[in-house]
Amino acid sequence: MLLSAAASADEKHISVYSPVAIYSLPVLDRAGHEYVGLLELLEPLGRVSSQSDGRRWKLRYNSADAEFAAGKTRAKIRGHNFDLSAPFMIENSRGLVPLNSLAALLPRFLETPVNFHESARRLFVGDVGIQVSFLLDASAPPRLALNFSNPVNPTISTEPGKLRMVFRRDPVVSPGSQSISFDNPVITHANYSENNGDAEVEVTANQPLMASFSNDRRTITVSAVPPAPTPGSAGPQNPAQASPAANTAGNVHRVLAVVDPAHGGNERGAALSDTLAEKDVTLGFARLLRHELELRGFAVALLRDADNSLTLDQRAAAANVARAGIYLSLHAVSQGSGVRVYTALLPVEGPSKGVFHSWNAAQAPSLPVSRIVSAAIVAEMQKREFPVQTSAASLRPLNNVFMPAVAVELAPGTDGVADLTSANYQQRAASAIADAVASVRDRLGVQQ
Amino acid sequence: MIPRHLLIGVAALLVLVVAMGIYARHMRQQARQLDSLATDALPVVPPASGPTETVTLYVADDAAGTLRPRSAQIPLPGGRQQRAEELLRALLRIYQQPGAPHPLAPAADIRAIYLVDPGAAVIDLNAAFADQHRSGIQSEQLTVNSLVETLAVNVPGIQRVNILVEGKTRETLAGHADLTETFDVITIEQAGNQ
Repeated sequence: MLLSAAASADEKHISVYSPVAIYSLPVLDRAGHEYVGLLELLEPLGRVSSQSDGRRWKLRYNSADAEFAAGKTRAKIRGHNFDLSAPFMIENSRGLVPLNSLAALLPRFLETPVNFHESARRLFVGDVGIQVSFLLDASAPPRLALNFSNPVNPTISTEPGKLRMVFRRDPVVSPGSQSISFDNPVITHANYSENNGDAEVEVTANQPLMASFSNDRRTITVSAVPPAPTPGSAGPQNPAQASPAANTAGNVHRVLAVVDPAHGGNERGAALSDTLAEKDVTLGFARLLRHELELRGFAVALLRDADNSLTLDQRAAAANVARAGIYLSLHAVSQGSGVRVYTALLPVEGPSKGVFHSWNAAQAPSLPVSRIVSAAIVAEMQKREFPVQTSAASLRPLNNVFMPAVAVELAPGTDGVADLTSANYQQRAASAIADAVASVRDRLGVQQ
Repeated sequence: MIPRHLLIGVAALLVLVVAMGIYARHMRQQARQLDSLATDALPVVPPASGPTETVTLYVADDAAGTLRPRSAQIPLPGGRQQRAEELLRALLRIYQQPGAPHPLAPAADIRAIYLVDPGAAVIDLNAAFADQHRSGIQSEQLTVNSLVETLAVNVPGIQRVNILVEGKTRETLAGHADLTETFDVITIEQAGNQ
């Protein structure tokens, strides 16, 4: 299941970045060409409607009318002829246009400049690109600062000697050179690349690397992981010493935390504002929490790291199969303030039979520890002066997982709904949750 | 030459025909409006009859994140099932007032409540109740707890509650609170007292 979630992120897609919306759409291979749905492409950008009449397909975008014909390359847009690079297609009333016509086609509708990185399938509408610059501080230990012109929220992964940042929803553009070498014995170079709707920055070094955010997520600082601590000396109070690499070396008590950003794909969750969906806030928050937990020595699995949908049963099964030590479900809401922490409200179920637990009450044996985790999160939130409430909720899949499990619902702070996308606000909440989970680490199961 | 009285008679008839035409047109428009009103109107629930009783409604308070007991005097019919329906409708009226502590959509309604022995109740909500409910764990859970506790406290013998929407099982109320399960009254009461 974890693999299938990852695989869906590898399907061909196009990322669209515009001042009004950032989204990605699947790309379809048809007759040797790549196609994308035109209605779906324009829908987030303005008022759009379509009408299919046999082989003819009409589209209206704001005040612009267009007409396409299945199997034909000639189309009419705003009364003028336009030639597609491959025949227009209609599938289940969806109008598909070839991808390599978008650079010329979209300005006819949008009346604004469009920059299409065709090979990488990244489409920039208007001036939305985020610039990045690299600054190496060669003092010991060396640190590489990546300064971005706007806040970013990449997926960060590491392997020995490499740190990779993948920008799925950030319109990061090339720093000019695809490869930058540094005159430094530790951090040797950085590469920028684009592929399948994503931008990626990979930093190479002779030592394990770690990354941290600052400047309201406009700066990512990459530095070498400090030497591994001796067993027993690492503690959650020292995040640098409890980083994943250090923990692998020292290996004190490695717990797998499954972090579940609720909703995703077509299931948008709550509408937090006219443009902000719960599914997007939970994903960004989950990535931050993963980072914070990793800093405290946890192995972390995100149940989704892209805008894909999972059923509640799939989420529970993934956590159970992974034999996680703790399951954290993340939600967001626009009403109220602060953070709410929930444990499972178990339904009426028959007793477990031998080793078999009832699916809807699988949480029952772990509920006491779940409540301890909940209390720890409440205590940490109160320390940080977050308004916090706790209660039980009939919220799936909390009752379907057999390890300690809590759901955290992030509500706005003093700045209203804007807080929900504020990196600082999310960071404070994520840090508090990670500290709380680390404080009860000994009550959680060890990774098998 | 046409006699004068004949001219006057024809003119009077013409005026009458025109007046009848205008009247008929007016009547047709009125009939059309009545038709559309009949189509749009929500189902009319007959007013409850019976002696007024003091009941305890468990009213959700979003700000505090809890239920607050509130006494109310409402007319309750004799039948156990009708009594349960009137109770929850009285609760909904609180949530549908301006400035309610836990607002629900004006069109939200209880379609029916079925009391199934022994100790089980099924609440059937209308589509507007769920479709227009605010999405959020706390908001949805408070609604569920409020319905279940109000019912259990005022209709003796109810131990378990199921919630349907338009007569069918629905996965969640508005994206969060699980409606596929059977709610245990004691568990809900304990959760409310935490």
